[in-house]
This record gives sequence, structure tokens and C-alpha cells, in this order.
Amino acid sequence: MDKTTLDLWVGFFVAIGIAALMALAMKVGNLTSNTLGETYSVTANYENIGGLKARAPIKSSGVVVGRIDNIKFDTKTYQAVVTLRIDKRYSFPKDTFANIYTSGLLGEQYISLEAGGDDNFLKEGDRISKTQDAVVLEKLISQFLFNKASEASNK
Amino acid sequence: MDSFFKILSNIGAQITSRIWRLGSASRLFLLTLIYSGESFKRIHLTIREIYFTGVMSLIIIVVSAFFVGMVLGLQGYYTLQKYGSSESIGVLVALALLRELGPVVTALLFAGRAGTAITAEIGLMKATEQLSAMEMMAVSPIARIIGPRFWAGVISMPILASIFSLVGVMGGYLVAVPIIGVDHGAFWSQMNSNIDFRFDIINGLIKSFVFGIACTIIALYEGYDAPPTAEGVSRATTRTVVTSSLTVLGLDFILTSFMIAH
Repeated sequence: MDKTTLDLWVGFFVAIGIAALMALAMKVGNLTSNTLGETYSVTANYENIGGLKARAPIKSSGVVVGRIDNIKFDTKTYQAVVTLRIDKRYSFPKDTFANIYTSGLLGEQYISLEAGGDDNFLKEGDRISKTQDAVVLEKLISQFLFNKASEASNK
Repeated sequence: MDSFFKILSNIGAQITSRIWRLGSASRLFLLTLIYSGESFKRIHLTIREIYFTGVMSLIIIVVSAFFVGMVLGLQGYYTLQKYGSSESIGVLVALALLRELGPVVTALLFAGRAGTAITAEIGLMKATEQLSAMEMMAVSPIARIIGPRFWAGVISMPILASIFSLVGVMGGYLVAVPIIGVDHGAFWSQMNSNIDFRFDIINGLIKSFVFGIACTIIALYEGYDAPPTAEGVSRATTRTVVTSSLTVLGLDFILTSFMIAH
């Protein structure tokens, strides 16, 4: 085969390979909005994180504003320490609530940020003090049963 | 008792020869890497091999990817709709392709399409004493014959795997959205929010890169090691397919367990 035709075919092959990878990254993996640009990280402590996982989304008003970086266990306070990476474009007041919610009945768990009214904003390395634990279904059910039982005994 | 010892020594001989072959295959791999500087001096040889292993494999890769994607779409839909989450079909198709099917099926097809060709070619070169003739002329067959084929395989495999995944996703889309009627927006948005570039796409690429090295070196070794007879070359070609397929599936488990554990 002619050398230039061969080069052309190989060039074409490599080009569509790279194009396929780009298309996968953009269209399938949504690289453009999934990877955060500049971020800052803050921590939050929880008594119970339920099924929260690293890389789970952080949402505010339903919009993804960051991702969970890592989750550690602090043996001094016996609490879970969650590191949140939030996009630099979004700043939140110091008294922001960080609550763990579940999307749908059986969906994944995420952290929802609800802005407070403080004038100072969260900075790199800050700790969010106002947190709300994940809802544990067994606890709810046992509470409900306990209440029912005490109602019945009061009658 | 005598036959018992015979069986034992047979097993021993089998295992020793396997280890021998593994060792000399690794030696060939190392030599290829050492000589690759020399083979890159004649880059057009590598480009020629990319044409034969990569470009010529495009059709089989694209067609099988399309059908694999369509089957995933159909099967996934029938299972997911039982749980009322047929919108997740996009995630299912894309994850299955990017993490597993893309790299693995590409490697299996590659072993069958390109690996056999490499083995047969090199085996025949050896049988017709072309390799010895090169050595006589002080041309290293490893730099001239093995190196370009090795690098062509290693370069082609991730490219083919990316094309496989993309075409497979398109096949899944074609079945799920226009034919079955899953919502177009939900298909893509669910896919986007559940697929991570680093964790899914890059890991798939790493896998196909490793498979590329394994498949090509096995094909090259089997050809290089083949007895220089018609029967020897045909046996070596068969062994290439069997060994590459088993190696790819085994390596896939090992790589996946490392990637998931992380």
C-alpha cells in the first residue's frame, strides 16, 4: 500500500480514537460540569452519617455545588468527620446548615447546604457546626412503635 | 505405583514448561522494551502495523460494539422496568461498557482478529528462516519485527476500546430512546450524574492499556516460539487465542479488584 494512504488511515484511526474518548468524557462522563474547578474544603461532624459515601454530591436548593472528599472517624469525639469540597464560585455563610438527606425513598444520600444569615463566609479549613444526621429508618420505626405503645398504655 | 509416579512426573513436567514459557515470554517483553528505542527510529514500521492491527480491526469492533450496546439496552430495560427505574438504563449501559465490556470485549476481539494474524505472520517468518536471515545481516529481529508490532498493539487497544464504548452507548441509546421510548433527557442526565471521569473512564482506559500489552506480547511470543512447521504455526495460533483470552479475563478480575477497593 502507498505510504501516504497508510499514514492517512492511521491518522484517521488515531483521530477518531481521541474523538471517541473526548465524546465519552464530555457527553457520557460530563467532564465539563462534573469536575469542579477551583474548590475550597470545609469539614462537618456528624453523629451518624448513615450511608453517605465519598464523592457523593453536595447540593444547595437541589443544585450540585460540590462533592464529598473523604469521610473519617474521629476517635476523640467518636464522630464522623466529613470533608466537603465546594466550588469556589459558591460561598456560604458561617452558620450554614449541612444536613444529610436521601434522594428519593431508596436513593443515594447527599449533603444539603441551607444558607444561614451570618455576614461572614466559610473559608478553606472551616468547620460547619450546624449539622443534622442522616435519618436511620430503624430508629424512626422504633420511636414510632414506642410512642404507640405508650399511648396504648395511657388509655 | 509406577503409573502413579508417571502421572506425578507428567504434572511436574507440565508445570516446569509453563513456568519456562512464562519466563521466556517476560524476557521477550523486556527485550522489546529495551530495543524499542531502536524500533522507534523507523517509526513508519510501527505506523504500518497500527494500520494492520488497529485500522483493520475497526469494522469488527464497531459492529460488535453496536450490537452489544443494543442488547444491553434491551436486557437492561426489561429488568429495570420491573423496579420502575427504566430511566437508569443510560447509567447501566454506559457503566457496563466503560468499566467492563469495552476493554474486555475489545481485547477478546483483538486477540482473535489481530493477535492470530501476528502469531501466524511471525511463525511463518520463522519457518521460512526470515528471522535467521535478519540476524545474519546484523539486523535485530526484535527491533525490526517484534517492537513495531508490540507498540502498534499497545497504541491500538485503548483507541479501539474507546471507540467500542462510544459506539456501544450509541447502540444502547438507539434501543432505549427511539425504539422503547425512554425519556431522552433522563437517559443522558442520569448517565452524566452517575459516571465519573476519573473513576470510570480513566480506569477503563488503564485496563485496555494493560490488556493491549498482554494480548500483543502473548501473540508475539507464541509466534516467536512456534516450531517452524505448518503444524507448529497452526498450534501456536490456537494457543494465542486461548492464552490471551484467559489472561485478559484473569487480569480483568485482578485490575477490577484493585480499582474497586480503592
